[in-house]
Amino acid sequence: METILFLSPTEAGSPLSKNALEALATTKQLADSLGTTFIVGLWGDNPKEAADGIASCGAAKFLAVTGADFAQPRYATDAAAAEALARAAAATIVIGPAGSRWNRILAGVAHRLGGRADSHVTGLSVSGGAPAVARWYYRQRMEGILSRAQRPWVLAVESGIAPAWQGSPGSASVEAVACTPPAVRSKVTGIESPAADLQTIRPDADLLFVTGAGWTKKQPDGQVKTPEAEKLILGFLRLARASLGSSKSLVDLSGEGQATLTFLTHMNQVGQTGSTPRHAKGLSTCCHGEEPHTVGWRFIGERRAISLDPNCGWSRGKADVLYVADAFAVIAKVNELLAQKAGG
Amino acid sequence: MPEYQIVVCGSVVPDPLQTLEPVAGPAGPALKNEMMLPAWLDPWAGHALYEAANLAAKNPGSKVWLVALGPKAKLQQAMMTLAQKVPFELVALDGSASGFTDATETATALAEAIQAIPGLDRSRLLVFGGWESASRGAGATMQIVGEILGITDQFQGVDGVGIGVDGSLRIIERIEGGRHQVSICEAPPVLIGWATGNLPEPRNNPQVGMANMRAIMPALQKAKPAKTGAEGVTFHSVSLPKQARDTKIVKDLPPDQIAAEIVGWITNK
Repeated sequence: METILFLSPTEAGSPLSKNALEALATTKQLADSLGTTFIVGLWGDNPKEAADGIASCGAAKFLAVTGADFAQPRYATDAAAAEALARAAAATIVIGPAGSRWNRILAGVAHRLGGRADSHVTGLSVSGGAPAVARWYYRQRMEGILSRAQRPWVLAVESGIAPAWQGSPGSASVEAVACTPPAVRSKVTGIESPAADLQTIRPDADLLFVTGAGWTKKQPDGQVKTPEAEKLILGFLRLARASLGSSKSLVDLSGEGQATLTFLTHMNQVGQTGSTPRHAKGLSTCCHGEEPHTVGWRFIGERRAISLDPNCGWSRGKADVLYVADAFAVIAKVNELLAQKAGG
Repeated sequence: MPEYQIVVCGSVVPDPLQTLEPVAGPAGPALKNEMMLPAWLDPWAGHALYEAANLAAKNPGSKVWLVALGPKAKLQQAMMTLAQKVPFELVALDGSASGFTDATETATALAEAIQAIPGLDRSRLLVFGGWESASRGAGATMQIVGEILGITDQFQGVDGVGIGVDGSLRIIERIEGGRHQVSICEAPPVLIGWATGNLPEPRNNPQVGMANMRAIMPALQKAKPAKTGAEGVTFHSVSLPKQARDTKIVKDLPPDQIAAEIVGWITNK
């Protein structure tokens, strides 16, 4: 019989994140499939607040490591808290949300526990009475389904693979788990965010807008129109409330000192050496390339593309609709229509 | 000025522009014609190496090692290009670099190799690597290397490291929403899993290449065998995504009409 533990860090004054609630729903589903119960383990400054928010989730018990020492998103303290909770629960399967905080520590925690870790889990199922996970290899080029003999098995579940748990808050009976804070030599001193009007990465957006290097190439009149491209793209992002992804070639232009879109960084990069975000819809513009480049929108639901090349491998067989058109002209008009809609 | 000992962990991956197809091998899944695929240093490990070389150049007396695990022939292939980029000393491990091997086994081999580097001083030690690989892509190996080496100041998805006047390290890590978390670590030892960083790929420098290759060839010859597999793992399937979309090609439509269609699609929840 497996002992399943849902683990998550908490932030004072905040309920569990959407990603964490999705992982909680996945945990509950696995427990149901295996005919067992699950335990919730939380840590942070005041995890009781978050526990109350999920009091009716059906957990057999709630465990918590509490204290200001465990508030910071820092390897040493997060790993110590997670290790203590996993030991207290005698967990054989540990499931957490694949955010930066859990991703930073899960393999280290698994090592301390004598177990194994799998991250970027995109599916959990039961095969022959044993749990199996799905994850991607070679940068989302191929999908594997695997089981492990080793326990504990520590997992990071990707966002967007299950609906977030929903239920009534209440008063959870939280059992305190003792954890001596480790000696620390690091402290988190702040968060750096782009200026509000340059905040182009929005994980919760419905739409991913992907820009390719075509935006910075010579246009039919022989001119490069990078400033106009910037204006159009930022206008679209603002009006459509979209998140911005970019091809590697476009991001690399800035690293090579060429004129490019000033708000782009490597964090916008999607694909082989970038991210593979999850959004309901995706619109690509001026992108080109074959299969290896298209992994950037592997997890996008509905996909449309605007390109001057009707045979481009980025779109053919990958997009639902390909508009063979000039993205400058189309996006300018799209912005106009969206502005009209916004204006009522 | 601090004199760092920077150990970069990295492996080789197939050229991402190649067609990759999984096949069933005797020890589990593998890539079709794996030994025929051109190999290069994993991209994020490459960023780690370039950042290490940059840091070493700014802090005279510092030294960079590259601890690389992969089939010896593939390592040699990758070194032909890599050696011309930046100065480093290679520590080669001869073993599988497959994405289907387990991170724990890889990390154990890497950590043992690091521990065997003569004269390593923990008070000057920076352990670098890619935060993920382009093969397994788990972000697990470096964490375990750190645990084995007893380094609990670990940072992943790092895009920048600065050195304070007091020798402290200012580290910026990627977090959600396109933001960076800023941390200060008092001093080495520290483990850093690099994301992209901020440096372009260095230009080839034949002089650096010649200096590097004098030590690289002997290092490859004495590459220690490393046992890397996936003990305890059962792969039920490994497959390529089969779904090809039936793309509707819309030609000869004026921008106004295309725009109206796109707006309708975007706003239709």
